Amino acid sequence: MTVTDQDLVRHLSEAAVSIELQTPEMTLNIGPQHPSTHGVLRLVAQVDGERTHNVQPVIGYMHRGYEKLAEVRNYAQITTLINRIDWVSGYANEVPFIVATEKLMQLEVPERAQYIRLILTEMARISSHLVFMASYPLELGAATPLFFALRDRERVLDLLESVTGGRFHPNFNRIGGVKPNAGAGSTQRKVSQDLPKTFLGETKAAMDKVLESADEIEDLVAGNEIILARTKGIGVIPSDVAASFGLSGPNLRASGVNFDLRKVSDYLPYSKFEFNVPVGENGDCWDRWYLRLLEIRESARIIQQAVDSIPSGPLQAKVPKIFKVPKGEVYVRAENPKGEMGYYIVSDGGLGPYRVKIRSASFSNISILPWLLEGAIIPDIIAVMGSLDFVLGDVDR
Amino acid sequence: MMEFLSNFWVQLVIKLLIAALIVPLVGMVIGFAEMKLSAKMQSRVGPYFAGGRWGWAQLIADGVKFFQKEDLVPAEADRPVYKFAPVLVLVSAVAILVPIPFGPAVVGRDLDLGVFYVLAISTLSTIGVLMAGWSSANKYSLIGGLRAAGQLIAYELPLILAVVGAVIMAGTMSLTGIVNAQATWFSEHGWSLGMPFVLVQFVGFAVFMIASLAELARIPFDMPIAESELVMGYITEYSGFRFLFFFLAEFANMFSLSAIAATLFLGGYWAPGLSERMLNILGPGILFAKIGILVFIMIWFRWTFPRFREDQLQTIAWKWLVPISLANILATGVIKVIA
Repeated sequence: MTVTDQDLVRHLSEAAVSIELQTPEMTLNIGPQHPSTHGVLRLVAQVDGERTHNVQPVIGYMHRGYEKLAEVRNYAQITTLINRIDWVSGYANEVPFIVATEKLMQLEVPERAQYIRLILTEMARISSHLVFMASYPLELGAATPLFFALRDRERVLDLLESVTGGRFHPNFNRIGGVKPNAGAGSTQRKVSQDLPKTFLGETKAAMDKVLESADEIEDLVAGNEIILARTKGIGVIPSDVAASFGLSGPNLRASGVNFDLRKVSDYLPYSKFEFNVPVGENGDCWDRWYLRLLEIRESARIIQQAVDSIPSGPLQAKVPKIFKVPKGEVYVRAENPKGEMGYYIVSDGGLGPYRVKIRSASFSNISILPWLLEGAIIPDIIAVMGSLDFVLGDVDR
Repeated sequence: MMEFLSNFWVQLVIKLLIAALIVPLVGMVIGFAEMKLSAKMQSRVGPYFAGGRWGWAQLIADGVKFFQKEDLVPAEADRPVYKFAPVLVLVSAVAILVPIPFGPAVVGRDLDLGVFYVLAISTLSTIGVLMAGWSSANKYSLIGGLRAAGQLIAYELPLILAVVGAVIMAGTMSLTGIVNAQATWFSEHGWSLGMPFVLVQFVGFAVFMIASLAELARIPFDMPIAESELVMGYITEYSGFRFLFFFLAEFANMFSLSAIAATLFLGGYWAPGLSERMLNILGPGILFAKIGILVFIMIWFRWTFPRFREDQLQTIAWKWLVPISLANILATGVIKVIA
């Protein structure tokens, strides 16, 4: 076999094309101590320059064992723990657990108590979404929207505090209603305690302010070309993928799946109010940001309607002094700010639950990270991670 | 007395003293302005207690604090390079001030190739940044340093090309000469009227400002630091006075790049209707006022915009700024030949 000149030329040119600069890959640990991993999430990424692949989240740094702790406490004590699961919206965590317990006990909760629960849950949603409004631009490098969003969150937290006495961990729900009496536990004549007198009026005014500042935040952030360039078309989750990873809440709806437990389930009387469920189109980071802004507006609308139509009546159903929950099991899920939160409670008829399984939204939501971040560059990792809006307490429990 | 002052060594000592003082002083003034302005923009109060009134002593307190801190060097670091990097960054911030005229006679040294010198020195700080990134033995620092290098290559070109328009207009590369050209633009018509080049070189001015923001690694181009991504980028491992050096150098570079922009495009120390004698006295004040406006714009950007992505930064440099400034040079040249 003879080698002609043409063969040689072809061979050399092919060799020239196939030579690529071989650069070693570097393992980059993003977290657990890092400014934008929302606490202690750790991402282990293989980095080649800015390009990454095989990004693996490592969780468990915030594991506090709440499911096990719940087994050695009685039902009334557990709300103190579950307040701290998703600490950005502490109040919203309590509701599904209490509703589940009430279902087991077959208690009828007074309507006024249900309305108060609903109002406060929506407030928790607003405050949680406002934290996202604050932190997400910060992750993209804009520091100023933080102050606008946190200023309005303060209004909401003040209202929450005026009713419950707590800003983050209200621990306000009781089995059968909401914190009913000032003298609870004593044998003295029980003094009835209701909402603060000015609460309803102040809430309405505050919701007007929230609606106003939602417009302001939209102006500030949505009008910024750089934010749009950083988020549009980044971290796209198609609707089928979103569903198959078990995403829930705003992350699922941003991908175009219209699923909201407030419309589907009856854990709180949402069916009495008129509100829309905003749904995104593209499932990118921008949709996830904008959808939460729209949800703030819807929540404010729900609260205003609830304030107008809140019935009077008792705050607490008649319950025995010592709770004995009958044998059985129940699963109650709720639409929390971060997504679907569910409690599966198994009771053996004792003072406390036999087993509690907590289904938290953030845990399922970040399961999509390895799929979503495959081949992303470092700035996009932060942009995508931030847009999922998770809380590490909600991931690790 | 005049004899004593005109002695070369005496002059050198005076100039060195001024140079040594101006960087920390300017750094503190701009740093304090940034603190207060950002507070205003975010409806905060900002520094309040230090010094009694408006917290004016905050930056002094911060400086003292940095000197008290331990000077940590990571075990794996390349020690000499790690220690030298902040010095190089700060030195370049001082050296860039040499040919900038603060008055007809108030100038460190009027170099014939002043523009060339200034642009060359301004690159030096990036080498310091790259050294810091490499020697820290930290992956975040390394990525930050490499980003800084990529940014330098992308933005040095539009920075230089943007200046060319002003140089063509003035016909000289001496910074004093460029100010003179602006001051006496209409003198051949017998009018004692000048013209800041920004009026005809607005494109060049805008490109220069954008490129110098990138050169300074300030938002929206702060990818080498990118706090939410790279912790602190190339300064992650630095502490104590070495950190302070980077901190000061950023503000000093803001000052000097604004000074260059003011000199090239806003008429430098010159203001209409003042004699040369008056300009020697008032010139520094006039230049500082012009610098103040530009620095304010930089601070304004910093607290308004988010950060670009690395690839978007490259796109802006190569696809927008370079062609625009080339077109600007072409247009300037054609007009210069015709007119």
